[in-house]
Amino acid sequence: MPNREVEPFAWMAFSAGGVAAAMFAPILLFLFGLALPLGWVSPDHAGLLDALGHPLTRLALLGVCAAALFHFAHRFRYTLYDGLQLARFGTVITAGCYGLAVLGSAAAAYILLLVL
Amino acid sequence: MTGTGTGTGQRAYRPRMSLWWWARKRSYTLFILRELSSVFVAWFVLFTLLTVWSVARGEERYEQFLDFASNPLVVALNVLALAFLLFHTVTWFNLTPKAMPVKVRGRRVPSTVVIAAQWLGFVVVSAFVVWLVVS
Amino acid sequence: MADSITLRVTRYQPEVDDEPRAQDFDVPLRENWVVLDGLNYIKDRLDGTLSYRWSCRMGICGSCGMMVDGEPALTCATFLVDHAPGPIRVEPLANFPVVRDLVVDIGDFLEKLPRVSPWIVRDDDIPVDEGESLQTPEELADYKQYSMCINCMLCYSACPVYGLDPDFIGPAAIALAQRYNLDSRDDGAAKRLDVLIHPDGVWGCTFVGECTTACPKDVDPAGAIQRYKLTAAMETIKSYVSPGGGP
Repeated sequence: MPNREVEPFAWMAFSAGGVAAAMFAPILLFLFGLALPLGWVSPDHAGLLDALGHPLTRLALLGVCAAALFHFAHRFRYTLYDGLQLARFGTVITAGCYGLAVLGSAAAAYILLLVL
Repeated sequence: MTGTGTGTGQRAYRPRMSLWWWARKRSYTLFILRELSSVFVAWFVLFTLLTVWSVARGEERYEQFLDFASNPLVVALNVLALAFLLFHTVTWFNLTPKAMPVKVRGRRVPSTVVIAAQWLGFVVVSAFVVWLVVS
Repeated sequence: MADSITLRVTRYQPEVDDEPRAQDFDVPLRENWVVLDGLNYIKDRLDGTLSYRWSCRMGICGSCGMMVDGEPALTCATFLVDHAPGPIRVEPLANFPVVRDLVVDIGDFLEKLPRVSPWIVRDDDIPVDEGESLQTPEELADYKQYSMCINCMLCYSACPVYGLDPDFIGPAAIALAQRYNLDSRDDGAAKRLDVLIHPDGVWGCTFVGECTTACPKDVDPAGAIQRYKLTAAMETIKSYVSPGGGP
């Protein structure tokens, strides 16, 4: 279980990610998950690549993705503690949740900064 | 009576919380659903990164991705995820003024104003993202 | 309107019962009667062995809190007619050990409360002959809401986090800490910080918000806790930026 030194930072990342997810997630998932695949809007590939490839877009998306992942990690960790009463496995859950957020953020950085 | 025990050596009954405590009351259930929205936040990140990755790998990959994403199962999952993400937005905006009272010139800003300001931000952000992607 | 209503009261007598059981009593249904009046009627007329706590009958002493139809409530402020036609379930406060019938063991709460130093802490004592420590209405407004707490513990019985982890210091204790932290006369914030940033302190709270719903005095402990998380986070950062200062 994170000690008193780690918990405040985990909470701040959770809060930042909560704001980012509240502001950006619905419209992005609406566009990428529904509007584009179902053909409601159909920007051509080159234009999409341009829009996503802009340095500011990459940085903004990286920030949103990383923060949202830490938001997930923190909230899901406590959901497992309280909802499923698994607090006795706290160390494993904590390592798993925040570990996933770190790996996911690294993957996001790789895709947004190197592949794109 | 202020002691830590019953004072008579008799045993106190210690109730245990059920594993299903969150199903007992509507507000508890809404709380658990709010917390579970975090799973869909993670799904949103995964799906966004998949989209970006496929766009980056060229037009053919992007078309393949659109085929995958228009599969009814994936669409259904995204509709569900979108519902949870909006639930997250609503609950997050509603709780913000409670967690962070905003003061302007020594006077507390009413929470309805704080909530309205967040929704204004939401609309501006959404409009900007749509403009960026579609135009 | 029917002229009587059933109270389904939890009984637990440790010398004979292995676990609590329910017992039904019919009490008069009067428009101006609260659940506590019903319990007093049972005690006086039907069964003198029923045990429960009460004192002031006017929402100030904080001793008559029980679960009424599954919700934590002051029984002196819960009218029978609002729960008609019944039966009305009357159970001991959730999340606490039951000593007898409707009486719970409040020892845990009484042990936690003084940990947050819920009194004015001063670096220097102001002599009495210097007169009053004046406050502006704005300074009073900063903490007044939190000072309304009557220690009824309804927030603890509404809080699933406390139910799952009795080590959690809990809503009322944190709200009371804020009551003094936000008081312009108080210097004890640093002392309380050590208690509140402990793993059993504010970080266990997941903002269920039920403590605020349950509070009969509109104290809003949930808001107090989230506000304190921000304060605690800022203090932690400060302690890194300026080593030697902070916690």
